[in-house]
Amino acid sequence: MSKPPDNRVVDTSTRQQPAEWSEPTHGGSPSRRAGRGARGGRDARGQRRREGVGDVMVPDAEFTSYYGRQVVKPAPWEHDIAAYLFTGGVAAGSAMLAAGADLTGRPALRRVARFGSIGGLGLSVGFLVHDLGRPSRFLNMMRVVKLTSPMSVGTWILTLHGPFAGLAFAAEVADMLPEPVRRGRWAPLVGLLSRLGTPAGLVSGLTAPPVAAYTAVLLSDTATPSWHSAHEELPFVFCGSAAAASAGLAMVGTPTSQAGPARTYAVGGAVVELLAERKMEQSMGLMAEPLHQGIAGRLMRASKVLTAAGAVGALVGGRSRAVSVVSGAALMAGSLCTRFGVFEAGIASAKDPKYTVVPQRERLDRGEPVRYAPPDRRGQ
Amino acid sequence: MIGRNSLFGPVDPAADAGYADPPARKGFFTDTSVCIGCKACEVACKEWNDVPENLFEMLGTSYDNSHSLNANQWRHVAFIERPGPAGGTAGQPGQQADLPRPAVDLGMPEMGAPVVPDEAKPDFRWLMESDVCKHCTHAACLDVCPTGSLFRTEFGTVVVQDDICNGCGYCVAACPFGVIDRRRGPDGAENIGIAQKCTLCYDRLTDGQRPACANACPTESIQYGDVDELRRRADERVAALHEQGIMDARLYGNDPNDGVGGTGAFFLLLDEPEVYGLPPDPVVTTKDLPRMFNRAGVAALAMLAGAAVSFLGRRA
Ligand code: SF4
Ligand code: SF4
Repeated sequence: MSKPPDNRVVDTSTRQQPAEWSEPTHGGSPSRRAGRGARGGRDARGQRRREGVGDVMVPDAEFTSYYGRQVVKPAPWEHDIAAYLFTGGVAAGSAMLAAGADLTGRPALRRVARFGSIGGLGLSVGFLVHDLGRPSRFLNMMRVVKLTSPMSVGTWILTLHGPFAGLAFAAEVADMLPEPVRRGRWAPLVGLLSRLGTPAGLVSGLTAPPVAAYTAVLLSDTATPSWHSAHEELPFVFCGSAAAASAGLAMVGTPTSQAGPARTYAVGGAVVELLAERKMEQSMGLMAEPLHQGIAGRLMRASKVLTAAGAVGALVGGRSRAVSVVSGAALMAGSLCTRFGVFEAGIASAKDPKYTVVPQRERLDRGEPVRYAPPDRRGQ
Repeated sequence: MIGRNSLFGPVDPAADAGYADPPARKGFFTDTSVCIGCKACEVACKEWNDVPENLFEMLGTSYDNSHSLNANQWRHVAFIERPGPAGGTAGQPGQQADLPRPAVDLGMPEMGAPVVPDEAKPDFRWLMESDVCKHCTHAACLDVCPTGSLFRTEFGTVVVQDDICNGCGYCVAACPFGVIDRRRGPDGAENIGIAQKCTLCYDRLTDGQRPACANACPTESIQYGDVDELRRRADERVAALHEQGIMDARLYGNDPNDGVGGTGAFFLLLDEPEVYGLPPDPVVTTKDLPRMFNRAGVAALAMLAGAAVSFLGRRA
């Protein structure tokens, strides 16, 4: 097949903002012609950002696009979803810590973790519902159980986990009631709740890990280049981040004498997060670039610094309450930055046609288009 | 249901979705080599489906002011002005593609339109393509929809049920072609906040009619019919164009072994897909879903084990 000589326009100035309804620039002005385009925005600070690319430096790829417009659409999600990634992780890790604290007799750690668990869950549900195009139809998620939809799977995971976390929290509150109330008219109920606390907390702890892990699948199961290409390691990044954040919360709220396991969990989570993140960037290739640029780049850099600092604090400063509080807060902030960074990088990768076109074009040019091979011809 | 093969590979989508004895799969073959860019399809689609106005803006991108496929634009005609002498739609065998084909002298007396001297002709040629939802065999939008709002029809097409969609937006991020979108405006329009896209005129199909766009297309650039028959026609057409020396002609989406299992709406293009804003080698995201869940499962277990280890030997 003959190729036209040079139709490869490496567009620069003609990149357009999507001109659909309620885009921020919607104003009908014809003068927006030279639009901010993804590349234009990068050029403004191109120098600096390219330095930031560091070890995954990728040469600027030549590619063709239709007026520089995006090929895939970015998820129409607000920052609620990024925040939910964080609160869901805190909820999941806290449920596990609460169960452990309960079984090993650490009431103060258990109390903080149970509050973290239910607080994280409540915020999560709020964020999720708020982000729907039709919040009033939230319950339509419960119409079906769909294994091909990570969002459906996630909804059912939360539905399974939520009531037990709620019960464990209720038991905690029952234990906090003043003595007269505990013995008063509601004594039977209070007693029942107290007794249910341990089994409910245990089930909530055992159902928690999927709450933290599925959100990675939620992002990866899209056509968003920097999310899909992260699917091998993102679950480890997110689970590590969840462990670090929930342990961070426990370190902030618990006296150091009872926070030992939280410190260990914090260090482990932080190490897993940092290592998995590094591996992830290596395996993503070109699609790792958005993790180093713009807002996402700043967030990811902050996340690494905060997470590492928090882990060191947890490791060496465990005796000091002040150091524990500061380290715990740093770990939480680091996790928050990771979630927002990954979120922003994905959105940026969808808006720039480069990340959709270049990897696919390279695949084609290598003669390796994705084609179905019947089972008997696989691996040949 | 997840069947053995139903996340990837060639299947009959309606049968795969559980229809017993469905009608033949329906789709579009859009032959861009005869598209004249009249936008009759855009208009017919809007009128029949009551699609509200899209943002109207002079975009400065040739004759394309409808911008893209989105919730308010279910057909979109792309215009590409390619440098090179007018008149040439493609190259001769062994020649550069941008050279015009010399007019064939039929020996007829000159009449009708005046002869335009070469210098007066525009120095570019057109590529025009009417884009639409591909109605993928493996439709990522449908796979990921958590409410079951998106469903497979008996015709093998993919349709949104407006009254079930809760606007989660997952389908928007999942579509490898960037087709489906949540409707954002204008104020007062129906279905704001809800995912919208081409239905292949489901309501017309159930009545035995052709989709509105195909009906309106004056050059039969948009052909509607049974996908099997359309694929045959497309093969013949591309062979005929190659014979005429138009070696840039190629089919896009017709291969049932491709990354989305072949599309119900496929295209004859005269240049690389990305020139038209199409992904060159799209793959349905759910192809990797079993792997993603496996990795997440391992990570989840590791997280639980980590918690257990943190408490080990540390009874307070
Ligand atoms: S092109 Fe996109 S919206 Fe259309 S069926 Fe395929 S995945 Fe769904
Ligand atoms: S926006 Fe609507 S159609 Fe799209 S995935 Fe969500 S519920 Fe399904």
